[in-house]
Amino acid sequence: MFNSLSDRLSATFKNLRGKGRLSEADVDGTVREIRRALLDADVAVPVARDFAAAVKERALGAEVSEALNPAQQVVKIVNEELVSILGGQTRRLQFAKVGPTVIMLAGLQGAGKTTLAGKLAKWLASEGHTPLLVAADLQRPNAVTQLKVVGERAGVPVYAPHPGVQSDFEEVTGNPVVVARNGVSEARQKQHDVVIVDTAGRLGVDEALMQQARDIRDAIRPQEILFVIDAMIGQDAVNTANAFNEGVDFTGVVLSKLDGDARGGAALSVASVTGKPIMFASTGENVNDFEVFHPDRMAGRILDMGDVLTLIEQA
Amino acid sequence: SKSNNVLGKGLLALLSRERIDEDVWDEIEETLLTADLGTDATDDLMLQLRARVKVEGSRTPERVREILGEELLALVGPDMDRSLATDREDGKPSVILVVGVNGVGKTTTIGKVARVLVAEDKDVLLGAADTFRAAAAEQLATWGSRVGVPTVKSDQDGADPASVAFDAVKAGVDQEVDVVLVDTAGRLQNKTNLMDELGKIKRVIEKQAPVREALLVLDATTGQNGLSQAKVFSEVVNITGIVLTKLDGTAKGGIVVAMQRQLGVPVKLIGLGEGPDDLAPFDPQAFVDALLD
Ligand SMILES: Nc1nc2c(ncn2[C@@H]2O[C@H](COP(=O)(O)OP(=O)(O)OP(=O)(O)O)[C@@H](O)[C@H]2O)c(=O)[nH]1
Ligand SMILES: Nc1nc2c(ncn2[C@@H]2O[C@H](COP(=O)(O)OP(=O)(O)OP(=O)(O)O)[C@@H](O)[C@H]2O)c(=O)[nH]1
Ligand SMILES: [Mg+2]
Ligand SMILES: [Mg+2]
Repeated sequence: MFNSLSDRLSATFKNLRGKGRLSEADVDGTVREIRRALLDADVAVPVARDFAAAVKERALGAEVSEALNPAQQVVKIVNEELVSILGGQTRRLQFAKVGPTVIMLAGLQGAGKTTLAGKLAKWLASEGHTPLLVAADLQRPNAVTQLKVVGERAGVPVYAPHPGVQSDFEEVTGNPVVVARNGVSEARQKQHDVVIVDTAGRLGVDEALMQQARDIRDAIRPQEILFVIDAMIGQDAVNTANAFNEGVDFTGVVLSKLDGDARGGAALSVASVTGKPIMFASTGENVNDFEVFHPDRMAGRILDMGDVLTLIEQA
Repeated sequence: SKSNNVLGKGLLALLSRERIDEDVWDEIEETLLTADLGTDATDDLMLQLRARVKVEGSRTPERVREILGEELLALVGPDMDRSLATDREDGKPSVILVVGVNGVGKTTTIGKVARVLVAEDKDVLLGAADTFRAAAAEQLATWGSRVGVPTVKSDQDGADPASVAFDAVKAGVDQEVDVVLVDTAGRLQNKTNLMDELGKIKRVIEKQAPVREALLVLDATTGQNGLSQAKVFSEVVNITGIVLTKLDGTAKGGIVVAMQRQLGVPVKLIGLGEGPDDLAPFDPQAFVDALLD
């Protein structure tokens, strides 16, 4: 379908090799290829534009013109800029000083929140914590049952006082804000040190549901609000990230479905428009498919550069 | 869903211009890219557009926009047959297999389609061949009871999905229903074993009755990965139509333009929400208008 950036840059650099110095036209051509690769990776148009401009500025500066191999230097700059936007160092979860640490999950429909709740719970348990899962999605058919099964697979208890929408309980009668608040009380009472609250999927433009998410947040005062986003998302990543950032002011991002073959340019878009750190990667449907996020790996993935160092050597 | 669309503003500004300069072309290009058309489809469209504008000697941005709309519409294929096969044929029910990556809206779409069919007085049966995801069969059965149709599912978690699909279609044949809608587990197209499993589901169903429709469900927020989804799923189950879901959000679903170019398979239905009635036929003109909105 499309050539990888490494192919393209190698081609561009072939012409440059032996030139020693890059002219502005050389840099322009290279930057165009980079912008295109970012767009092919689903990086948002304005983010790709700014990124390319930043790379261009550095590429025209002294660090490149004085470098032994300018082309190598450009690849290095691209990589550095990517990693720096993606977060450089990963941030760890913040825990409450007293009482249970509350983690709230939010995101679009089908992003992977409920699955993540189980993964996070299992991982925290393995680190010696005693998490409680709270079923505050009373809207999606059988979301509560789904969380119960997920909790069972993770070996973590689930607080689910209301069945939500099921064949026998067609109407939504429970109140997710109340369930979430009571979930935190339950955790305090039963001495769980972490509470993970699963919420219904919602669109950024759905005012009523966004308000509900805010109400849940205000009722439970979470230490962490994790925004879960699908790695396959395209240009809408920016709208959605902005909407959730304004809506619930999330504290961290989880990139899901990274086991697929999507480039995941959304990671760059979200990090760059919200400035919030990407903390975890969800990499499968099973309860163990979960990792701390690695900005350097993601940089290589977005640009399809594989091992960036190898590429730099080739240039 | 119109409000926070950066490009909309761009095009509006563009239309107030007097002449067609480089900024206008850039603005159009950004509109297409931001709608997820992708660089290849966008480049082709831009070339075509520039050529037509030159030949016609068009002078105003409004006219350029009109031409762009025409070109897009042609790509989306205004004359394609978008109907669903929902009548019995050769004494067998119509089997509709619903496939796609994780979380796109397959199960929900089945609920909505069943609702429409029931309203048309058809006998419908659901088959819960997602035996993998937590509570997937229960979710489908809840949809079934919501719209008043029975669901065939396995009692045990992790049962063989192909045999559940077989049982559902067999029940449909025996009971002489009109349509059997088979739900499958979400799967990422790069997972060979899961794609093989899907191929098997289809083959096993066809021992009972032909799969008349294989619908690929695509989330409107999907970016360039949609192309890879379209390619692999159509290789495995021969897609007959696309359902574009979650168009009630801000995403435009422009990737279907690129998919259409590649596959030639029509978008048949769109999803506009989480409720039973949030389903509509795909309207090419409305889709193109929204892309350029
Ligand atoms: N391959 C893969 N699938 C995933 C991953 N995370 C979640 N899924 C799948 O994606 C689908 C949706 O996941 P859920 O956890 O139900 O998503 P959700 O955000 O809770 O969805 P709603 O509650 O409907 O908004 C399911 O099929 C999951 O198995 C992942 O990292 N990789
Ligand atoms: N806003 C909106 N949400 C939708 C639409 N269609 C489905 N959803 C929601 O998207 C989420 C996932 O839908 P499902 O029907 O479970 O998706 P699926 O493809 O069956 O998911 P898996 O079986 O886990 O792969 C649910 O929260 C649905 O309510 C739609 O058209 N608009
Ligand atoms: Mg959920
Ligand atoms: Mg499903």
